[in-house]
Amino acid sequence: MGALLKGEWSNFGKDEYFRKFEAYSMQWPPEISLDTLSLTSAPFGGLIAVVRDRKKVVKIQGGSKPVLSIYNAAGVFVSSFVWDSGHIIQMGWSSGCDLLCVREDGQVLIYDMFSNFKHKFGMGKEAQDIKVVDAKIFCTTNRTGVAVLTTANTIFLVNNVKEVLKVRKLPEAPGGVNNSPSAWVVVCEDRSSKVLFAREKYIYCLSEGETHATLLPINLGDDSCLVKDLAVSFNFEMLAVLTNRGKLWMGSVDGTSCRRICDVRCSSPHHSQMMWCGNYAVVINWGQNLDVFGFDEEYISYPFDDSVFCVQEIDCIRVISNHSTDLIQKVPKVVQDIFVYSNSSPGSSLLSASYQFQKKSHLANEYLLLVKGNLFTAVMQCIDAAGHQFDVEAQRTLMKAAQSASPLTFNQLHTLTLQGLMELLMIRRHHFLALDLASFLKMPDSSKIQLHWACYKVQHSKEDVNKVAQEIKNKLGNTKNVSFREIADEAFACGKHDLAIKLIEYEPRADLQIPLLLKLKEHFLALNKAIESGNTDLVYAVLDHTGKKIGEADFQMAIRRYPLAQALYLKHCAHHNKDLLKDVFTQEDDHKSLAELSIKEGLDPRNSSTKDALLVAAHESYKRAKLDVNAQLCDEQLKLFKYQRNFEDKYRTAFTDNSSQKWPSLHETVKQLLKLGEIKLADRLRTEYKVPDRRYWWLRIQILGEQEDFAELEKFSKQKKNPIGFEPFVDICLKKEKKIEAKKYLPKVRDELKVQYYTKLGMLEEAAQIAYDRRDPDALKMLASLCDPILKEKVNLYIRTLGK
Amino acid sequence: MTNYLNGGKVNLSLLQEQYRKELLTLIDKCDGTKAIVWDDALGVPFGVIASSNLLRDHNVGKMYQLNFGQLPVLKDVKNIIFISRAHEHLMDMIADNIHGEERSGIRKDYHLFFVPRRTNSCEKRLADKGVKGNFTFIEDIKCDIFPFDYDLLSMEVENTYKDLYLYNDPTTLYQAAQAIQTLQSLYGPITKISGVGEASVHVNKLVERLSLEPHSFPTTSQIDHLVLIDRSVDLLTPLVTQLTYEGLIDEIYEIKNMNVLLPSEKFSDSNDGSSTLLSPKKTIILNSADELHSEIRDKSFSAVGPTLNKRTAAISKQMEERHNDRSIGEMRQFVEKLPQLLRIKEFLGNHLTIAKMIKEVIDTDEFNDCLKLEQSLLLGVETDKVQTYIEDMIAHENPLFKVLRMICIQSATNSGLKPKVLEYYKREIIQTYGFEHIITLSKLEDAGLLRTQASGKRVYAILKKTLKLIIEDGSETSPKDISYVHSIYAPLSIRLVEHLVKAGSWRGLTDDLTLLTNKIVHPQQAVINNQSRRTSIGSQASSLNENPKVFLVFFLGGCTFSEIAALRFLASQEDPYNNVEFVIATTKLINGTTFLQSLTKDP
Repeated sequence: MGALLKGEWSNFGKDEYFRKFEAYSMQWPPEISLDTLSLTSAPFGGLIAVVRDRKKVVKIQGGSKPVLSIYNAAGVFVSSFVWDSGHIIQMGWSSGCDLLCVREDGQVLIYDMFSNFKHKFGMGKEAQDIKVVDAKIFCTTNRTGVAVLTTANTIFLVNNVKEVLKVRKLPEAPGGVNNSPSAWVVVCEDRSSKVLFAREKYIYCLSEGETHATLLPINLGDDSCLVKDLAVSFNFEMLAVLTNRGKLWMGSVDGTSCRRICDVRCSSPHHSQMMWCGNYAVVINWGQNLDVFGFDEEYISYPFDDSVFCVQEIDCIRVISNHSTDLIQKVPKVVQDIFVYSNSSPGSSLLSASYQFQKKSHLANEYLLLVKGNLFTAVMQCIDAAGHQFDVEAQRTLMKAAQSASPLTFNQLHTLTLQGLMELLMIRRHHFLALDLASFLKMPDSSKIQLHWACYKVQHSKEDVNKVAQEIKNKLGNTKNVSFREIADEAFACGKHDLAIKLIEYEPRADLQIPLLLKLKEHFLALNKAIESGNTDLVYAVLDHTGKKIGEADFQMAIRRYPLAQALYLKHCAHHNKDLLKDVFTQEDDHKSLAELSIKEGLDPRNSSTKDALLVAAHESYKRAKLDVNAQLCDEQLKLFKYQRNFEDKYRTAFTDNSSQKWPSLHETVKQLLKLGEIKLADRLRTEYKVPDRRYWWLRIQILGEQEDFAELEKFSKQKKNPIGFEPFVDICLKKEKKIEAKKYLPKVRDELKVQYYTKLGMLEEAAQIAYDRRDPDALKMLASLCDPILKEKVNLYIRTLGK
Repeated sequence: MTNYLNGGKVNLSLLQEQYRKELLTLIDKCDGTKAIVWDDALGVPFGVIASSNLLRDHNVGKMYQLNFGQLPVLKDVKNIIFISRAHEHLMDMIADNIHGEERSGIRKDYHLFFVPRRTNSCEKRLADKGVKGNFTFIEDIKCDIFPFDYDLLSMEVENTYKDLYLYNDPTTLYQAAQAIQTLQSLYGPITKISGVGEASVHVNKLVERLSLEPHSFPTTSQIDHLVLIDRSVDLLTPLVTQLTYEGLIDEIYEIKNMNVLLPSEKFSDSNDGSSTLLSPKKTIILNSADELHSEIRDKSFSAVGPTLNKRTAAISKQMEERHNDRSIGEMRQFVEKLPQLLRIKEFLGNHLTIAKMIKEVIDTDEFNDCLKLEQSLLLGVETDKVQTYIEDMIAHENPLFKVLRMICIQSATNSGLKPKVLEYYKREIIQTYGFEHIITLSKLEDAGLLRTQASGKRVYAILKKTLKLIIEDGSETSPKDISYVHSIYAPLSIRLVEHLVKAGSWRGLTDDLTLLTNKIVHPQQAVINNQSRRTSIGSQASSLNENPKVFLVFFLGGCTFSEIAALRFLASQEDPYNNVEFVIATTKLINGTTFLQSLTKDP
């Protein structure tokens, strides 16, 4: 049974196997032939870029300018463009599926996989001046870098093309400027990179930040050889060196440990590629033949019908031919453990048990007994192996996905993570595949994929703006977490302003709508959105932005159409700019507000010198506002100012107060006059200002009481037309504890209040008598509670009498 | 101690927990020792969310009140955290503090947490003052509404009504909508919304709008019906003197954030004398953590005395028991109960003192004369004439806001004053209290609190009849109607809620409502999901009984303790309310005086 599943396995060393299998057949268009074209492909089953290779014999096709074509890993055409920007030195793929083209002048042009130019950057002035002769594009999972070799044999390096902060110049290798390297490779470290630079039989390490090159301690066992090629493993830990005399050195990248030196059988004068398969074997591509070398004595040769092109992957190599893509790798340990006959790993036993069970054999039980204690391990092994074998349900789906995108091994997927796979699928525009996959794998959130799709749609659609917006809305309308703001931002970035406006309309959050609308200079649309949102802070933000952009006068006119905006603007002005406030009130004919503004200004102690003028202004404004009473009140206050100033001159005492936000009132002025004994003047003011009699009388009594002028009080009580009665006279005397004075007014107290007032004065007996006369039992009962026992008896008698 | 916030059907301690988590997460972000500088308006409400002990556990050693000037020198403190509302003048204070630190060459980590969220204008202000770069973290504590009691939430935003009706600035309404959003995220979607007044329509619109934004609500709804009450629809109620126990405490001593400050010396007999020396004011927290308070707070003051007496007798009896012959077991039981008894005794002592203080005030002629006038205005007696008593209040230079409150009541009960009457009052006030009050009066006019009579219907007179706003023969001690909270006057706002609870909608009340406002929010009938339909298959009446209904009554522009008392009274009543609970939310707790003051304060 094992043999069936083991397929094309080859022994590799003692207990290990290599396998080669076809991932899928290539769907190259007929004009593609690997014999005449050079390929550039990205890891993780990535894209392939094809350009006519000047080094190979080429039949002239079409025009004189080269055509750059991009195919997916299965050879399906994706896009192409005519290259007309000078001499390409090197091409390569970034980890984000961008195609990097390095030019002779050190410019690096970046295209997306759909042949859209994205941007470019240079490798520095020096590289530009002295010309680039070779370049390397190198990737780790999270960054992509570029290194260039100049005609002067200096190397310049950029660690991350996404953020080109600095172009680093590496130290020069010994041997002079005219001595070009026979091979060089880039080795990535955590954040930095270094270059291995081969010249004659020496390999130098050029590290950024160091001034000198260091020589790697590699002994090639042959003093007269030349290094012909260098290869570094995917994880940058292993190095392979090939010499012109057919020696292959394999060891650590720092040269300190050698794992194997062997002779290579040259099946053709030149090899086309050398690379690592995982970090356990080196593959040399001789064109139509691949030789695989392991660390021990292993050696396998894979012949092909015609030229092949290899891509180094993390745990295998991808072999692209005119007909198919094959994977070559060492058989993963778990797979081997399960399938190799007579193996007794738990997984293997479980598999056997399963086979027997399907055959309904009793042996199933025997195998299961073997597994028993290690069931978990067994299951994990099977699952792992299945992953490598591409044949569980999920894996099959992954592969279905991969059919049009990429073959991925389990380790590749493991390294990428599912998120990473999704991202690659998105970049490669397999949005709906990604969506299906995400829903199959029950990944929680597919909004990112949809967002990516929408952004793509925005970038590339040439249809009517309304239609595009509508289509995006229809597809994403019900999805949570998809941000229309991001899609609209994308439209803005592409210069599609109309589309951006349409799209931002679908963004439910106004705080996300507004910044873009302002960028689009849609000030009043932004204002509308801010107002609708109810978030006044947003309105302020728009007003602030807009005011600066269109000038104060236009702005004031414009916001008249937006009552809320105007209200907020006014409130803001009230705090920060009174002059602007006045402008708007004037413009709006809001005379009442203008009047109040003048009054407030007048009340401000810092403006006291002009308070009359401000009050006149207030008066005028009130008149225009048809608030005649208020206008009149202003007038009266103006006159009061004059009186107060006169009195101040006359009496040398303060009638006005310039220190607080308050002006002394008429009442206070009259009070002060009364205190000064200026009754006549007080009377005059009272008449002029129509002070009601009640208030005036209360005031007179209050002041006389305070001055304890009881004679004058009595005299005053005899004035005619007393509007407040005599009770206040009693009260003020009592307040000053002058019972005798108080008693004078008792007879004149109103009858219904007499009991109360006699009681107040402690004249309980008289009070009781009055209550009895008034036949008021309630009053008597109240009195009874206050009386001494003797009087109480009398009061009770009264009550009883009245009760009859 | 059990949390008093989870006493209702809707567990408000969840809200408290959420805010606490948010606050502590942010505080923990600042590594090392910390001091917090609080915006004065936030210190006490945040005390409900996280106690100072809890903050100490999170390395907050010291707390200060935000003010202008130099911060105290804090040697051992690594982080200074400002927690502030987003107001420009507060930004100025913070900037001033930071400048002070810079001048003294002090370098610490500064952080600024906005409550409930930052604004562009504040950030700009900080940038203009050159201090924005000094902050390591600028964060938001999205605390839109504070839980004050098991059924009470307050946003503690003072100027809602003024901003809305004097400046047309609906900022607080946005915050209210956010608060509703927060409540829905904790207690499920609210499918029914009713409302009166322009502000309600606005908030309803914002709530709808916010529901379009990404959010996650639990599937089950704990709140059935949101009732939005725009204060402008009922301006009379806050003006009328509150006559419940809590209402009177507020009227006389002003409750702030459920705390009241009272003169310490009044309490000296119940405490050791030393504490009174420390502070002239004693802070008493008024919430249902004090069980006695929650029993008496909503009663008419006349019913408080008997309750307190009963409680006093009961506790004395319990305390006396220790003198009786007891078995050791009984003694132990008693000793175990003792701390609780002492606690109850302390609470009782406090309330006896407060009640005594209130009694002294309400027994004065002044208080009674005012009440008499108020009630005669409410009854509609000669409301079109200048009131002699008001004239005398002015002549005696009574506090201006007491006078204004009375004039505003007259304006409301007369449905606008005759122009001559208003002019007379105006002149009297300006002549007596000063010319600057021409602006005070103008603001009250703009706010609708003072009006001249428009030709047309006498709205108050009509509603008084149709909504039975006046109940003259109701009992104060064993009330049958909400009118007890103001002795004879039933708050109009609560009458509206009462109708909604009884009838399910305001449709039967349309004639009356249109007298008040033409802005009405009716619940959308269309939103009937399968679930609610299923429950209504059974008889209507039984389903009403089986499913207790929770109403969230949200006052936009403030509510009074008397209104809260009235709602609690409704919920405590038998049929048809026996299955109704209220959660009360407000922008701020107000009374007539604080309301008028907030309106007229400048700016």
